[in-house]
Order: sequence, then structure tokens, then C-alpha cells
Amino acid sequence: MDLTRSTAAELSDLLKAKQVSAREVAQAHLDRIAAVDGEVHAFLHVAADAALAQAAGIDARRAAGEELPALAGVPVAVKDVFVTEGMPTTCGSRILDGWRPPYDSTIVTRLKANGATILGKTNMDEFAMGSSTENSAYGPTHNPWDLTKIPGGSSGGSAAAVAAYQAPLATGSDTGGSIRQPAAVCGIVGTKPTYGGSSRYGVIAFASSLDTPGPFGRTVLDTALLHEAMSGHDPMDSTSIDAPVPPVVAAARAADVSGMRIGVVTELSGDGYQPGVLSKFAEAVELLEHLGAKVSEVSCPHFKYALPAYYLIAPSECSSNLARFDAMRYGLRAGDDGRLDAEQVMSLTREQGFGAEVKRRIILGTYALSSGYYDAYYGKAQQVRTLIIRDFDAAFGQVDVLISPATPTTAFGIGERADDPMAMYLADLCTIPSDLAGNAAISVPCGLAEEDGLPVGLQVMAPAMADDRLYRVAAAAEAGFTARWGQPLLNHAKGLGA
Amino acid sequence: MTSMTSAVTERYDPVIGLETHVELGTRTKMFCACTTVFGGEPNSQVCPVCLGLPGSLPVVNKLAIEYTIKIGLALNCSIASWCRFARKNYFYPDMPKNFQISQYDEPLCSDGYLDVQVEGRTVRVGIERVHLEEDTGKSLHVGGATGRIHGADYSLVDYNRAGIPLVEIVTKPVEGTGALAPVVARVYVTELRDLLRSLDVSDVRMEEGSMRCDVNTSLSPAGSGSWGTRTETKNVNSLRSVERAVRSEMDRQADVLDAGQLVTLETRHFHEDSGTTTSGRSKEEAQDYRYFPEPDLVPLAPPADWVEQIRATLPEAPAARRARLQADWALSDLDMAALTNADALHLVEATVTAGASPADARKWWLGELARRANEAGTELAALKITPEQVARVAALVSDGTLNDSLARQVFEAVLAGQGDPDQVVAARGLAVVSDDGALTAAVDQAMTANPDAVASIAAGRTGAIGVLVGAVMKATRGKADPARVRSLIEERVG
Repeated sequence: MDLTRSTAAELSDLLKAKQVSAREVAQAHLDRIAAVDGEVHAFLHVAADAALAQAAGIDARRAAGEELPALAGVPVAVKDVFVTEGMPTTCGSRILDGWRPPYDSTIVTRLKANGATILGKTNMDEFAMGSSTENSAYGPTHNPWDLTKIPGGSSGGSAAAVAAYQAPLATGSDTGGSIRQPAAVCGIVGTKPTYGGSSRYGVIAFASSLDTPGPFGRTVLDTALLHEAMSGHDPMDSTSIDAPVPPVVAAARAADVSGMRIGVVTELSGDGYQPGVLSKFAEAVELLEHLGAKVSEVSCPHFKYALPAYYLIAPSECSSNLARFDAMRYGLRAGDDGRLDAEQVMSLTREQGFGAEVKRRIILGTYALSSGYYDAYYGKAQQVRTLIIRDFDAAFGQVDVLISPATPTTAFGIGERADDPMAMYLADLCTIPSDLAGNAAISVPCGLAEEDGLPVGLQVMAPAMADDRLYRVAAAAEAGFTARWGQPLLNHAKGLGA
Repeated sequence: MTSMTSAVTERYDPVIGLETHVELGTRTKMFCACTTVFGGEPNSQVCPVCLGLPGSLPVVNKLAIEYTIKIGLALNCSIASWCRFARKNYFYPDMPKNFQISQYDEPLCSDGYLDVQVEGRTVRVGIERVHLEEDTGKSLHVGGATGRIHGADYSLVDYNRAGIPLVEIVTKPVEGTGALAPVVARVYVTELRDLLRSLDVSDVRMEEGSMRCDVNTSLSPAGSGSWGTRTETKNVNSLRSVERAVRSEMDRQADVLDAGQLVTLETRHFHEDSGTTTSGRSKEEAQDYRYFPEPDLVPLAPPADWVEQIRATLPEAPAARRARLQADWALSDLDMAALTNADALHLVEATVTAGASPADARKWWLGELARRANEAGTELAALKITPEQVARVAALVSDGTLNDSLARQVFEAVLAGQGDPDQVVAARGLAVVSDDGALTAAVDQAMTANPDAVASIAAGRTGAIGVLVGAVMKATRGKADPARVRSLIEERVG
């Protein structure tokens, strides 16, 4: 039995029934990583010893008769944006090379409390800025479906690790689509929870008002299990919502859309969308109707301004958030040979430590916040943000959830858009509105595009704190599609998935 | 060439403005649970939040908000029903995040005033705003001539102070005070300090940096009604310096204007030793702080009933307290003024609370202790003696254990760190000699040694008794009761 092919839910049952040990489960995944990560490069750091020790601890507790949480002994890969105590944390950047944080992020603390085995840290676009993981200072991650393609980004390492069976679950963070877009192009499930539903404490900030940590899984139920374990109010995060986690696991098990009102967003289709993506999305719409949902078209007229607004707000916040990387307290320090003064050392370190995309956004954001430009750029973008929130409010007055393709295209080739930031930014066209509004959204596989045989994702969007609706719809779609395909989508993967 | 301030104000009208930073006395920092105790080992009172480590997030200290509202209410301000923190972005090694969480266009408190008494006249100082922010770390620049970062061999940073809640109180421009401007500045800061102390929101120690002042000064031609270019003087660290800094800037600017030149908009540094200012960075090349609402914190919306609850806890205002104490202690206006000018009111009050009579408390603080503070070049409050210790010395004098001259020796020893008054008395054997046997022997000895004085006394020239008393006091090293010695001499000679 290949334990890496089991879902997290299956592993949980096997572990509970003591049919397998947590150590065996961890070892199987570490073996899989050793076998394929040379080609996928999903991991920046594999914590083999720590993972096995953690798993042994779980086995000991279970042997002692202790009642353990569902994820006890289930491996999880952690995006390198999450701070991990004593474990290297680089955020995909040279500037944090060698940093071992003195504390755990709240979500990592919760994963540990749930007994999940932390396999290591996954690759990402530097400081979560990018849609392909090519902006990592440590080299790109490859899409397990086709190693010449990007795995999406910025959480590309996490998505690829789950798609390549290196881990059943992984954490990510979504600022403009960084969970849903890689989930879509890797043919797995990924959720951006409601902003404030999952703690940002210990998640290295890119854009504070947008950053939302969330889960990846190969199935909707697995994703819900991780979602539930990592979420909930955190007093260390002032923007964290003090309310119970929506019943996502129950919703994933219910998998029922009969009578649900589903709106197709008019503005998220048409020109610029790959035909294979649109045709798979149309099949998803047809499936949901077939399953009993009432589908209608809904217009969100301001969504067309979401991308430009995002590219003012996110860089503005990042220009401030990334100011702390100055060589004074941790991470890289360049030019400290006694000849340069503190200011010059800061400058040189930032010049050498940050990659081109990070610098581009810092410069954009610094400009947008400058005195005399603030109102025209940052201020205006915030107004657009309000209009987008109103579009959502109006839409959710008519329907329970909104749907769209998760991405305009399937995975593109590594290097294909590297020199064209605007083309790269378009990868997040469908996902950005939910980030700006702070509501919840998921991407679930809905087939393979005819042109290239690569996965397409269906995006479901729900009002804030109605994350359970995402799982209800995604689980219904997953069940419907799996019945039609005869097996899970990932089984079709020709690359490392097979 | 330095002009005289009074002459300056014949030609120019000064406008002043004060920005006062006050460290709040909360037990924990503004955005984390680290302790705020002063004087810990460098970097021993830090955590991921106040060090600004990647991933860390701030959470507001509710007590700091309460204190700030309290200050705002005591300064007659409006309290915002909704406001936000903002990030002030600039790079400096003692700022862990390279931005400071502060408030920008939405201060928690705004538009108030503080009335101060200057030479019998009430001056209303308008308060523009009171806002809350986090303090920075403290840099120590080693090597180099200036003690500043430029030219230093290396720098050390202590982040214990980083994240301590800091309130900034900004006045409106204060006009029309003429030659009194420097005094108004000092009296305002004094009154503000007393107010903050009465609110129990800060220990307001300028010498420890828990209260710091920036002074804005400008001059315009007398009667012109317009404002001149201002300078901002930083590093003003005592009440006396506030007055000196304004005076010095008025004189300097007058010289500049007299010479037909323009005052430069700039930051200046005050030097305690010379009482003058030197140029810092020019405001024209000042940085753009790129303020924007702090996205890591939810907006602040203090409920109206909470604000009213806080208002109900406001203590007696310092002016009312002064009036009450003056009546209780039956002091003349002149005596009261002497107390407040010496900044001794709270010390005397605490000494009275500790059991001394108001007269004794005043006598020691304004007499012997003021003299010693003056010698040491410090403020009364900075002396290493507590009101309780002063009250104990007063009690020892009252019960006859000490006389005034012995009491002075006790003060000297306490100030030198030799312990409490009782310990000093015991260790030095400083009690008054009241045993008549020992005194009689000393008197006899003095009379034998000074036959001329004895003869003078016998001849009715009683002034010579002093010579004998002095000899006895010297022989007993001050431990004798001079009145008793006098009567013993009179008995013998008479």
C-alpha cells in the first residue's frame, strides 16, 4: 500500500485504527520527496528528522491511549511564508537566507497542537509576489503535470507538493490568488478563507489588508479538514475575527447544492480566456445545474478595475512591510566590512537581497504612497476597493455563491511570462476581487483543457464567514465530476502524478 | 552678538509651539506584553512584536488607549469616536520595522486647551491634538566627535524602549506672549507635567526621558500679524532648558533677521552646557513619511459610555489642588510661588503625607535640600532622597533626637547613599547629647579654656555666651542641644 496515495481523511482513519503508524506515514512521504523533489523542487527545506520525531511522539501518545485530533500523524507541508521556530524560514528571498525564527506562527502552533507532522517548508515566489514561483530566489518549482510548466504562485511549492503526492496537505497564503491559482493549475483544491478567519500572526507580510492563509488538499474534504484545524480567532492578530469557524468539514461531507442559488460572474470570462478553460467552466455550470442548483448570470461591473486597484494597494503595503529587511537584526548583511556606514549597508543589502519583482513592487508602492500622489493612487484604489465590495454585496443579495474560472489560462511554460510582468499579473484576474473584498473563495478541479491536457479550476466565491458554502459547492462538483471521469482528476496526470 | 530677549520683543513678536512626548506608565508595551520597566539589561525586554520580526503583528494595549483618553479629557479635548493608527515610514536602525505606528490625520484627541498662570496672568495654551504612538529603541553611537550616527565607529541599539506607548501632545501656536514667551513655554510644560502626574498615567521624568520636549519658535516683525519661519528645537530635557531653548532661539533668530537674512526652516539641537542650539537637518530635505492607515490594526472606536466612565475618574486639576494646599497649609501667595517655582509642591505634599508638618517639610525642601540640589546642578526631584526620609528626619528633630545641625549631617549621609535616616543616626552616633553630666563636663572645660569670655559674661556682656556655646558644640561634634548648653552656662556664670 502506497501511503502517499491516500487522502488525509484516509490516513486519519488508518492512524486512528492503528493500521499504520505516524512514523510510517511520515517516512513514506519523506521517501516520496527524496524520489521526486529533485525534479519538482517543491521544497526549500525538508525537516526529515523533526518530522519523524514529531510522528514518533504522536505514535507514543496514541499507544498510551490518548484521544488525538483528526490530523494527528497526518503530514503537512508548510509554505515558507509561515514562520517556524528553529526551522529555516526564507519567504523565498535571499534576504532571509539562514534565518531561523525564534517563534512559530499561530497556524504552525495550531498544526502542531493538532498533531500534524510538519514535513518542511515549500517554495514560493519571493515574499509571495508572483504567479509562477519563478520569483523564488532559490529556483522555480515545476508543475507535476508537466515539468516544463509553472505550478502557479505564489504558493507554487505547496500546490506542487500536494499534486506530486509529496504531502497530502499543505498551507498557503493568498493575497491576490496565491492559493487558488496554483491549486487550479496543479489540479488540486485550494481555499482562500475569509480575511480574518485564519490568523496572520507569524505569516510574513506581503500586503497586510489582503494576506489570507489557507489550505491545500487533493480532495475537498481534506482541504476542509486542514481549513478547520488552522482557522479560528487569534488574539495575537488584531484583524482576526472573533467568531466560530464556519462548519466547513460538515459542508464538505454534505456535498449538496440542490436549491442553492449560484451566480456566474459575467465579467470573469470572454476575451483573454483560454477556450479550453471556458469550455470546462461551462461543463461545471452544466453539472451544478444538473445537481439541482439554480444558476443565473450576475454582473459585477467594477471587477474590471480590480487588477489595477490591487497593483496599487498591494505594492503600497508591501513597500512598508518590507522596510524591516535592513540587515540590522537578522538575515543577510552585505558590505559590513567597516568601510560602509549603516545606511550604505542597508542599501547594499536590499539591493543584493531582493529580487527584481520585489524591487519593482517596493518602488511602485513607495511612489503610490508619496505625498502628492497618495490621493490619486492609494486613495483612489481604496475607493475602487469599496466599489468592488458593493458589487459583491449586491450579488450576494441575489445568489448564495458566485462562480467563475479560477484562472484565465492553464499552466503556462516556465520562462514564458518571466519578462512580461503585465502578462504575469493577468494570471490573478479572477482571484483578485475576493482578496480585495476579504470574502471566501475556493478553487476545485473541473477538468482538463482540450488544447493542452492541463487542469482547469472552478472558482467558488462566498460572503465573508460563509466559507462552508464553498465546500458544499466544491464537494458536490467534485463528486459529480469524479463520477463522470470514473476517477480523480489527478490520476490523469502524465508527469510525476502517475 | 547676542541680543537681550526683552529687546528682541521690542522688534519682533515670538510665536511658540510645543510638542511633548510622554511615555505612558502602562505595565506592558503598546502592542505586546513586554514589560516597560526602566533600566533593564539592554535588549532583555523584547519579543518578536517589539523587535518587528517578520510575521509579527501588533495588538493594541487597551490601558494605553484609556490613558490617552484621560489625558485628552484633562486637556479639554474632543475624543474621536472613530480613528485609525497610521504608519510613519522612515529608515532608522533603532526602529525595528522601519516604520513607526503612530496617528496621522485622525488623532484620538483633538482641539483642547490648558490654562497656565504666568506672572499673575492666565495664558490659555491651545491643544491641537493628543495622539498615541510607539516609542523607538535607543541608539548609542560609539566613537566619533558628535555622539551622532555620522562619524561613529559603531553603534549599539537597545530595543527595550521600542514599543513603549508614547503620547504626543501638540499645542496650537501660542501668540501674543511677547517677552514672556520663554517663561510661558516652561510654565506650560511644568503645568502639563503636573497634570500628567496627577492623572497617574506617566512618571513624567524628563531626566529619564519619559517626558521629552520639542520646542518650535518663530519671530515676525512686531505688529506685522504674520508668522515667521519656525525652527524646531529637539533634545530639550529639563524644565529649565525649555525656557532657555526658547530664549536662545529668539535671540539667535533676531540676530539672523537683524542681519537681513532669512531664518531657515530646520531642526535644531539644544545643548545643555552652552544653553544654545545648533543646526540639525533642514526640513526642506526632510523625508516624506508616506503615512497610510495601519492595515494590521482595526480602527479604534472608543464607545461614548467608556469615555464618560473615564471622565468620571479624572482627579482634581493641578490648579485646584494648588489652591487647596495653599489654604490647608496657610501659605501666602509668595510662599506658594516659592514652592511651585522650586518645583517642590509634590515633594512637600508627599512629605506632609508621610507625617511631617507643612512648615518643616517646606523648611527642609526649600532650604538645605534646595541648596544641595543647586550645588549638584540637579532638580530637587532628582535628589536621592525620598519624602518619607525627609519626614523621618523632621520627626527626629521634633522629638529632640537631632538638632538642625545634626539633621543636615543626616541629609548629607542619606544623599550619599549611606542608608535611611535611622541607619545613619545609628551608624554615626549622631544623637543629641542630652545627658547633663556629660554636658556639664564639656561646659566646665570650655569655661576653663576661655577665661576672657567667662569674665565678659560675668561683666554683663552676654553676647560672649556664644563663644562658650560654640566651644561646647565643637567639643561634642554638634551633638549638644545649644539651648541646654546656654542655660547651663548661665547657671554657672550667673
